[in-house]
Amino acid sequence: MAEKFKLTIVTPDREFFNEEADMVEFNTTEGEIGVYAGHAPLTVIVNPGILVITQGDTVRNAALHAGFVQILPQEITILAEIIEWPSEIDEARANAAKQRAEGRLAERGSGTDTARAEAALMRSIARINAAKLK
Amino acid sequence: MASMRDIKRRKGSVQSTQQITKAMKLVSTVKLQRAKGRAEKSKTYFNCMYDTVVSMLSKAGDINHPYLKANNSPRKAVIVITGNRGLAGGYNSNIIKLVRDNDWNKEDLIIYPIGSKGRDTFARLGYEMGADYSSAIDEPLYADAMQISRQVLEDFATGKVGEIYIVYTGFKNTVTHIPTMLKLLPIKIEDKRSDEDKAVLDFEPETEEAIELIIPKYITSLIYGAMVESVASENGARMQAMDNATSNADEIISSLSLLYNRARQSAITQELTEIIAGAQAIS
Repeated sequence: MAEKFKLTIVTPDREFFNEEADMVEFNTTEGEIGVYAGHAPLTVIVNPGILVITQGDTVRNAALHAGFVQILPQEITILAEIIEWPSEIDEARANAAKQRAEGRLAERGSGTDTARAEAALMRSIARINAAKLK
Repeated sequence: MASMRDIKRRKGSVQSTQQITKAMKLVSTVKLQRAKGRAEKSKTYFNCMYDTVVSMLSKAGDINHPYLKANNSPRKAVIVITGNRGLAGGYNSNIIKLVRDNDWNKEDLIIYPIGSKGRDTFARLGYEMGADYSSAIDEPLYADAMQISRQVLEDFATGKVGEIYIVYTGFKNTVTHIPTMLKLLPIKIEDKRSDEDKAVLDFEPETEEAIELIIPKYITSLIYGAMVESVASENGARMQAMDNATSNADEIISSLSLLYNRARQSAITQELTEIIAGAQAIS
């Protein structure tokens, strides 16, 4: 692979990742995208999903839940509100959260905050999928 | 002149107070180190966030988004960050003064307290109170900030409040803390950079939608930043206050020691005089 770019992932309480990478893939509000070096400048909003970082032959995964991404040709900055490596995920808890969210969506009472329940469901699914990639 | 026993007792009580202030100083020094680290770590995130929002808004030009202009409500939401504990010098009262001495109408304000000191004071002064988040300040988490920003943005969207402010203590360094008031909404960002510095950015989805999604994140990061800085300031202020208290106690102890020795000496002199006088009377 020819060109590498600088990938920085920051969260409010730590610098999650700061290395060179060949490609990064993630889920946005407009669908999944993969970015190589030399991309046109773009800012996208993150939807819960799996983040895949490719560095040469190694591939790393993380569960990325919320935030936004600033893409510049040689530099990509991910401002993540919530992001976790698979090893940090508590799978049992994610499963429980998934069931809770599904239950809330199934009832659909007047008091149900559908958008929030859906977001919770998407988050838990992303967590479970990422945990499986350990 | 106070008796020897009284002086001794006072000295004892000052000494035990000094032990407490010394211990509190040590505790807040450790807490300050931790809070300072967190405040610094959150800075990177915040700076990136700020740059993006500035470039987004400068590009957005005159978009008519509700987040960018005041709605018709005259009421103002004020998020007030104080500590849950006292004994931190002017830390809590400076914040309260900043809100009270502003020329706002008391009736227009809704206080969203983070920290029980501010909550109790404003409740006593008869301000209208919004939701209370005092427990969040003990250990500020990003999730807490998200919850608070969701609440205030909802109140803004429904027209309950027309403007949102946040009052917190900015942490400059260990000894300098600045009570600060910041306007969160409607957003007004002055772009000081020249056009060439600005990154050309496209947005996906469209800019309007992006504003809708990014602004809440920006507000959340501001609230979180304010919370971690306030915690650092609180511990810095307490450390200073306790340091002063400890050295004051030292002063009092040394002047009491002097008094005590003087009293002891005069008691001995008096006793001797009495014995000599008694001996002379016999002989």
